[in-house]
Formats: sequence, C-alpha cells, structure tokens
Amino acid sequence: MKLLVTLKRTPQRDARIRISPEGAALDLENVQFEVNPFDELAVEEALRIKEARGEVEVVVVSVGAEECEQQLVSAMAMGADRAVRVHHEGELDSLQIARALAAVVEREEPDLVLSGKLAVDDECGQVPAMLAGLLGWPQASQASDIKLSEDASGATVVCEVDAGLETVSLSLPAVIMADLRLNEPRYASLPGIMKAKKKPIATLGIEELGELGSARSRVTGFRALEDKPPGVKVGSVDELVQALEEKKLI
Amino acid sequence: MTFKAPDYYQLDELYSDEELLVRSSVRKFVEERALPLLPACFEEGRFPRELIGEMAELGLLGANLEGYGCAGIGPVAYGLALQELERGDSGLRSFVSVQGSLGMYAIYAHGTEEQKSRWLPELAAGKKIVCFGLTEPDFGSNPSGLQTRADTAGDEYILNGNKMWITNGSIADVAVIWAQCDGEISGFLVESGTPGFSSTTQKGKWSLRTSDTAELHLEDCRIPSDCRLPKTTGLKAPLMCLNQARYGIAWGAVGAAMACYSEALDYAGSRVQFGSPISSYQLVQQKLVDMLSAITASQLRCQRLGRLKESGAVRPQQISLAKRDNVAMALECARNTRDVLGANGIMEEYQCGRHMRNLESVKTYEGTHDIHTLILGNDITGISAFGEGG
Repeated sequence: MKLLVTLKRTPQRDARIRISPEGAALDLENVQFEVNPFDELAVEEALRIKEARGEVEVVVVSVGAEECEQQLVSAMAMGADRAVRVHHEGELDSLQIARALAAVVEREEPDLVLSGKLAVDDECGQVPAMLAGLLGWPQASQASDIKLSEDASGATVVCEVDAGLETVSLSLPAVIMADLRLNEPRYASLPGIMKAKKKPIATLGIEELGELGSARSRVTGFRALEDKPPGVKVGSVDELVQALEEKKLI
Repeated sequence: MTFKAPDYYQLDELYSDEELLVRSSVRKFVEERALPLLPACFEEGRFPRELIGEMAELGLLGANLEGYGCAGIGPVAYGLALQELERGDSGLRSFVSVQGSLGMYAIYAHGTEEQKSRWLPELAAGKKIVCFGLTEPDFGSNPSGLQTRADTAGDEYILNGNKMWITNGSIADVAVIWAQCDGEISGFLVESGTPGFSSTTQKGKWSLRTSDTAELHLEDCRIPSDCRLPKTTGLKAPLMCLNQARYGIAWGAVGAAMACYSEALDYAGSRVQFGSPISSYQLVQQKLVDMLSAITASQLRCQRLGRLKESGAVRPQQISLAKRDNVAMALECARNTRDVLGANGIMEEYQCGRHMRNLESVKTYEGTHDIHTLILGNDITGISAFGEGG
C-alpha cells in the first residue's frame, strides 16, 4: 500500500507576521517555518496506518523552492519513507498547485492521498478538494477519524461538519483531509532525525508535469486589521441601555 | 506558544537543519510535556518518572552515542537538546546527563562488548536507569583520594565504601561504582539488589528537587569479576565521563538563562509602575541588556566548543571554562530576573526562583566553580594550585 501526504511550508503558527510598508507583500524576514500543522496531522495519520498495517510506504510531497525541503525532512524525521519536491519559485494559485499534485499522483499511483484541511498561512482550504476533483476521486474533508477496510479497498471517515459529526464511507483511491482532532502528531525522535538525512528527496521540475494553466486568482495587496477601539465598562443595565442609545445602537 | 529563544547574533544560521530539528523536537517536548509537570514536581520534591518513557522514545538517553539503540547525534545537536531540557529544569537535564553522559558513556567508553550489549540498549530505551558513584562524603573536589575499595576474592570483587550526592541513586538499576583496586581507581557495575549494596535518598534538598539524589552504601558487596569495567585504570577514566557531562552542562546552563531572560523581558513589558511599563526605566533596561549580552556570549562559546568537540580538537580545560562561566552567568540571570520580577520573583508560578535554586547546585556539581578556576589557572600558568594533596 502507498500513501501520499501533501504538505506545505508555512510560517510558525505563532509567528508575528508584518506587512511590508507598501502593503505589497508579507515581511517574512526572521520568521521561522514549519510543516503546516494540519498537514502534520495528515503525516501522523499516514504513519499510524503504516504502523498498524505493515507493508505501507509513506511518501510526502510539497510544491515549492528548495527551502521547503526542510519541511519534507521534518516529515521524514517523523517517519515518512521518502519525499518528492516539485520545484517552483514564486506564486501559484490553488488550481495550479492542485494540477501539479495531480500529476505527481498519476506518477506515484498512491492508494490514498492525505492532506491537511487547510494551510494556516492563507487558509484557502482549496487544494485537496481540487485535487480530488481533477483526479475524479472521492474525498472526505475535516476528518476526525479514519478507518481503512481490512482489504484497503475503502475507508470510513468521520467528518466534522457544522451540525456535528458526519460519517462517510468511500472507496479508495481517495483524498482525505485531516482536521484538528484526528490525532496528536508525534515529536520527531532524535534517531528519526538521523535517519531522515539518508532518505531520498526526488525533485521534479514543475514544467515536467504538463500544462498547469494560468493563475485564475492573484493577491493584489495586504492590509492589517484596524485596531479595535477599547471597550467601556458599565455599572448597571440602565447605564448599558443609555450607552447603547447614545451610540444609536438601539 | 512556542518558546522564542533570544538569538541576538543570528546563531541559528550556523546550525545545520538537523541540529535545528533536534532542538525543535526537544523544545516542543519540554513545552508541552515537561513544563506542565515541573513546578509541581519541584514543590513535591519528586522526579517525574512518568517522563522517562517519553524521553527514551525521543532518543534523549545516550543520544550522542553510536549504536546500541542510541541516536548518534553530533555534539552540537546534543548540546542543543540539553539546553532545551534545562530550560525546563536543571533536575530533568541532570537525569539525562547522568543516564547518558556519565553512566552510559562509562560503559560505552570503558566496558567490554558483553557489558555494552547487555546494558546500553536497555538504558537507551529507559527500561533501566544508571547512576554514577564517584563522589564520597569526604572526597568531593578531590576524587583521587576516594576510599571505596574493591578487593579481589577468587573470581569475585568485594566492595566496601560510601558514595554521596549520587543523582538517580535510589532509582538506578545499576550503578557505576569507582573504587580503589590494586592501587588504582577502577570502575565496577553493581546491580541494585546485590547483597551488601543499598541506597538512602538524600532528603531536604532545596535545589534540584525534580531529580533523585542518594547516598550509596557498599558493605562486603560481592560482585562477579566480569562486572569490572576493564578499560578503567586511574582517575582519567571517570574524568573522561565528567568531561562529557560538563560539556552538556555548559549548554544546559544557557537554557536556564534563556528561560529567565524571557521571563524578565515579558514581565518588564507588562508590569506598570509610575504609569509606565517597568521596561521603560533605565535600571530595568540595564538588567535586561546585561542578561542578553551574557547569554549571547555563552551561546557563542557553546557553539564554538561544540564544533571543537565535533572535530575532536576540544581540550578538557576549554570545557572547564564553558562550564564555569556559563553556569555563573545563568545564576546571575536567575538572580537578576528575580529582581526584575520584584515580589513575584519568589513565587512558584514564575520560573526564575526554581532556576536560581537549581543553579546553586549546578555551580557546585561536576567540578565546582572554584575547581574549574584552578584547572584553568594551572593550564595558563603551568602551576598547580590544588594544594599538597593534589
């Protein structure tokens, strides 16, 4: 069995991101990066499937410049077997990334693709769904529990939806997106980190993967949220009503 | 919230990706698993045994040794791991130092193949605990005079003597005991439960309260002759182990200092007196800057020391300098932080008081501050000032 996990290099979750003075870009100088936390859940889930079933290969894939190999190595230090990096510098929109990943899936022919439900940097949450669409595969999003059938022909997935939990069953191959409560990712162990050095990272040129089409969306600028004015403490209900009336809110 | 370590000279650029991964893994472990337990353990005077399994799984035990189930990480990565552990608590770092750098290293460097394959995998897996019995009630800074004796009796050794201040002493499954044997200091592996071998926990410590400290007693304790570490003849053998541990302490101290500095900086930024955060006052700024400056110097010292160790060129005296100065620096940072925090600095919910109390021990164990001064004095002048007995 082969599992493919997609992952993205994103700024550390509590990093303080500044916007450049002209608002044209984010200032990522001195910002540390990590594996997108939702993708880390997907890696962990793949490793648990591997540990439970034995003969399973876990391949991690990322689209980006050379520095995203740090995150691929992190995933391999957790236990993934090998990595594929699609080399690209600069912006791509969600559909272009999904097309590149679809081409990798066609080469790798995994039984299951696992992804984080969204990346914490832009929070688009589009790529895995688009990938499933392009491949014509079933998908399950916001997964909080994944059970594969004995013969690995299908999966039962508990998805977190607005109304509660929804259980879906789908046939493999499929794309499943990890949500926060799926598992608790392990720490990369020191022996794991040493082994990761020797695990292979294959690099593919993005041009090798066929036509990705032109970008349908682009970022035109960034703007910080305005500071919220401080609140006011009122002493009684009457004062509250009075304050709301003064502000013409009631 | 991931800890933001001060890195004023961008030293992160000089670490390899692998070294940074090790630091980040141990940092997360300390943040999420250890720190929630440590203040209460300190209060109760309890070693958090429940963390042994997780530390073993992370590969922290004997992490810098090769083979036998050990991770085999380089000296700089090992240093960074210990730095993160001591950012949590010196007691936790002491457990790892004694297990790996003293106990496991003694077997690794001085043991037979049988001794290594019997003990190292289980020690790396945290299934067995080891302690290191060198110091005695009357022989601390002067181990060459130690009184514990091993006498040959047929195919056995008979051990007699007492050891004191032994970290992991009452929880260890095996002790590395240093004793006089045929006129030389030699190491022996003594298993817990061997008749004539016992331990007494040293109670009433107000420092290193999260680690176990015990006295060991050997009374006509008979062990088979194959329990001797064969490559140990003379004081050089235990000193080799101490060098490994002192190297780790030099890094660990920086971790404790960083924890204090960050606490002082946060507190000073939010504590308002006379209408402004106290970080806006010159006297507080000076304390913060003194800390940052000292930490930066120690970070540079550690990194260079690590690279020297990596290339095999490091001298024990260079390790002495780093142990001596970094621990003194960390203790000063803890005291300064306590000062910046005012009355809050003595409370359990802040870390500086715990670090300050711990560092008083760290300053003294593994070669006191003064002994390292004499080692360095001897090195630069060629004149030993250890006294008649030395």
